[in-house]
Amino acid sequence: MSLLEVTDLTVEFGSLRAVDGLSFSLAEGAALALVGESGSGKSTVAGALLGLHRGTGAQVTGTVRVAGTDVEAASDEELRRLRGAKAAMVFQDPLSSLDPYYAIGDQIAEVHRAHARVSRRAARARAVRVLERVGIPDAARRARSRPHEFSGGMRQRALIAMALACEPQLLIADEPTTALDVTVQAQILDLLHTLRAETGMGLLLVTHDVGVAAESVDDVLVMRHGRAVERGPVGAVLAAPAEAYTRELLDAVPRVDARRAASPVAGEVVLEATGVRREFGRGKRAFAAVDGVSLTVRRGETLGVVGESGSGKTTLGRMLVGLLEPTAGEIRYAGRAHTGVNPAVQMVFQDPVSSLNPRRGVGESIADPLRARGEKDEDGIRARVAELLERVGLEAAHYDRYPHEFSGGQRQRVGIARALAADPRVIVCDEPVSALDVTTQAQVVALLGELQRELGLALVFIAHDLAVVRQVSDRVAVMRKGELVEYGPADEVYDSPREPYTRQLLAAVPALDPELAARRRAARREPAVA
Amino acid sequence: MNGFTGFVLRRVIGAVVTLFALSVIIYVVFYVTPGNVAQITCGPRCSPAQVHQVAQQLHLDDPLYVRYGHFLQGIFAGQDYSTGTSVEHCAAPCLGQSYQTGRQVTDVIWTKLPVSVSLVLGAMVIWLVLGIGTGVLSAWRRGRFTERALTAVTLAGTATPVFVIGLVLMIVVCGELRLLPFPQYVNLTDDPEQWAWNLLLPWLSLALIEAAGFARLTRASMLETLAEDHIRTFRAYGVGERAIIVRHALRGATASVIALNAVTVGSAVGGAVLTETLFGLPGIGQELVHAVKVVDLPVVVGMVLVTGFFVVLANALADVLYAVADRRVVLA
Repeated sequence: MSLLEVTDLTVEFGSLRAVDGLSFSLAEGAALALVGESGSGKSTVAGALLGLHRGTGAQVTGTVRVAGTDVEAASDEELRRLRGAKAAMVFQDPLSSLDPYYAIGDQIAEVHRAHARVSRRAARARAVRVLERVGIPDAARRARSRPHEFSGGMRQRALIAMALACEPQLLIADEPTTALDVTVQAQILDLLHTLRAETGMGLLLVTHDVGVAAESVDDVLVMRHGRAVERGPVGAVLAAPAEAYTRELLDAVPRVDARRAASPVAGEVVLEATGVRREFGRGKRAFAAVDGVSLTVRRGETLGVVGESGSGKTTLGRMLVGLLEPTAGEIRYAGRAHTGVNPAVQMVFQDPVSSLNPRRGVGESIADPLRARGEKDEDGIRARVAELLERVGLEAAHYDRYPHEFSGGQRQRVGIARALAADPRVIVCDEPVSALDVTTQAQVVALLGELQRELGLALVFIAHDLAVVRQVSDRVAVMRKGELVEYGPADEVYDSPREPYTRQLLAAVPALDPELAARRRAARREPAVA
Repeated sequence: MNGFTGFVLRRVIGAVVTLFALSVIIYVVFYVTPGNVAQITCGPRCSPAQVHQVAQQLHLDDPLYVRYGHFLQGIFAGQDYSTGTSVEHCAAPCLGQSYQTGRQVTDVIWTKLPVSVSLVLGAMVIWLVLGIGTGVLSAWRRGRFTERALTAVTLAGTATPVFVIGLVLMIVVCGELRLLPFPQYVNLTDDPEQWAWNLLLPWLSLALIEAAGFARLTRASMLETLAEDHIRTFRAYGVGERAIIVRHALRGATASVIALNAVTVGSAVGGAVLTETLFGLPGIGQELVHAVKVVDLPVVVGMVLVTGFFVVLANALADVLYAVADRRVVLA
């Protein structure tokens, strides 16, 4: 009997059909990934497996059987006993998925006690054991910590520990590593792999990242618009996709081992940072977010800045555009020290939702830099904005639309148009594509490349995703804890990294080939043993 | 723990500064208020000579800063007052002497304060139980009949003035049903049982007004918490709905309830004038209103400072409790 049997599942939210006649099954102990872009319905499927749509007004038809329980027909009490005990779910954002007020050990104990008749003390002991199991050091003490006292990776481990507490037969992991740094992601994926081997539980992995799927599962199911596009062994699907959409999806995934196509003609130095340092806080609490960073940006080239969270890359970017003053060192634009913001150096922000005013039409947002420059001629401003909108692949008629009427990729195009409005020479892009799906990512990256060639722009491309950075950069700066670890031509840094940290980062990038992934996993394990 | 001590210390210093600012403001306000204080204090039938004498006795002719200086001196060092024939010592902290009765303000406060505190603390227990209970119930039964009925009742509670609720309670309970005698304040130390029985109606009427706010706040913050991701986690792990409501959603509401409670208690100690007046309770609020009417500056200053002290103390306490309830506050 299969562990999981989904037949003709359809989930509708009002008039929106999120899942459309989906069927699949999962054998005991097997691992399947649901891969798809945002809006493909993959998370909705995950929720349906635990009956989480019950009582939300969603229309669910079809049958879902998890470990012998018919989720749709089950009583509330049967459903409660299924959740956690037979099938447990690990969520994407480990900080918001834990109660901020309670110790982590107590939260795990509470879940355990919801399914087992044990004393409070026994449940706490169990919590410490599972925390140990997922690699939390000094688990007995750390079990008393609250979520905000844990790092992102430790929180995700804690969530996995919570899932383990009741020894489920099926683990559902909904984007379990999306909020994590690449090295931490590798650790979590390794942990899932080991746990699966030890406990024999089945795994349903929901992810937008094909690389993560390649690392972790046997089979992959590609979803689009709520339907299954293609299903098969992960190696076969990735090596020889049968469907056009799968091919399109795979082509859009940036490869960390692919060289950048066009070699650039770098001009004179436009932006230069010398020994830049930035501190936050005062007295004993002061710490340097960026320390002693020197780099140059030339006309027409792209400088990639990679690093994990907390490496200081955003602080550096903000100093480059003049949004933050360096505590020490100097930033020079075109040979002159620049203090304060300079129209010639513009920024594109990570989150196109929160970096646009939701109460103003996008045209007005794009016009801001023009008005700031003292432009008074309203018709002239409108014409220029229309031109900019068209330049970034939108329509002039979009002037009066509000940000919520656009998709994520379109919003980022608006952000780029706003940066272009000031006729900049340099654009600093802070994680410009990390909130976007891979196919959209590829389009935005292509747009930036076009604009660069056409206008001779210098780009600073800040990102945590090593593959994307390689795709766009001529030169790369690797940051760690505020310092520049490695800095040089992109191909050199990626193909023959000098620093151990750079090598470690590159080794942690999920491979699109399951066999390579397995080899790398083995390689990662060795130093850990030594 | 060092951060925590510093946090508490900052709050205490802030509270002291606030109280001083408060006393200065009251002095200035009364200084610029029109009306001849000496005349009012002396009475309508006083001759100009007598009025002049009163003004001198009360130092009303001194400039404002001199009078404020006296006031500060009294607080820190105590003061001697001449009553014409004898000299009366007023030990620090001395808040001065009533223009009207010649009693020391601190004595007046000591007789009024227990009444107000009894009223407010008793009512607090009721409004917390009633307010939080109603809030939890309406968050739990959101969208159903229970919630709508409770919302209607609590809205009616906020909208009804205390003298309506209080009068109705008195007429029904004391007048018609004769379950209780008409309230008359009895000291807790004299007869605890009578103290409680006599205060029951004032407690209820004050609490019914305030409970509505607590119900709304509890419901709103619980619904906010219920929409958060960690609630989904516990649902997805088969934790029962009751545990989710009580342990997680209500826990999320505690911090804001503590904050509201502190402000409510603080302001009610000197501000429950209507309730005190209606039930004839000789508390701070009633005394303050009287003192304002007869421009008895020392008593007004004393009463306002006491009221202010409770508001500030309650707020400082709330901040500390808030920090205990949510440790992230100190860290942020």
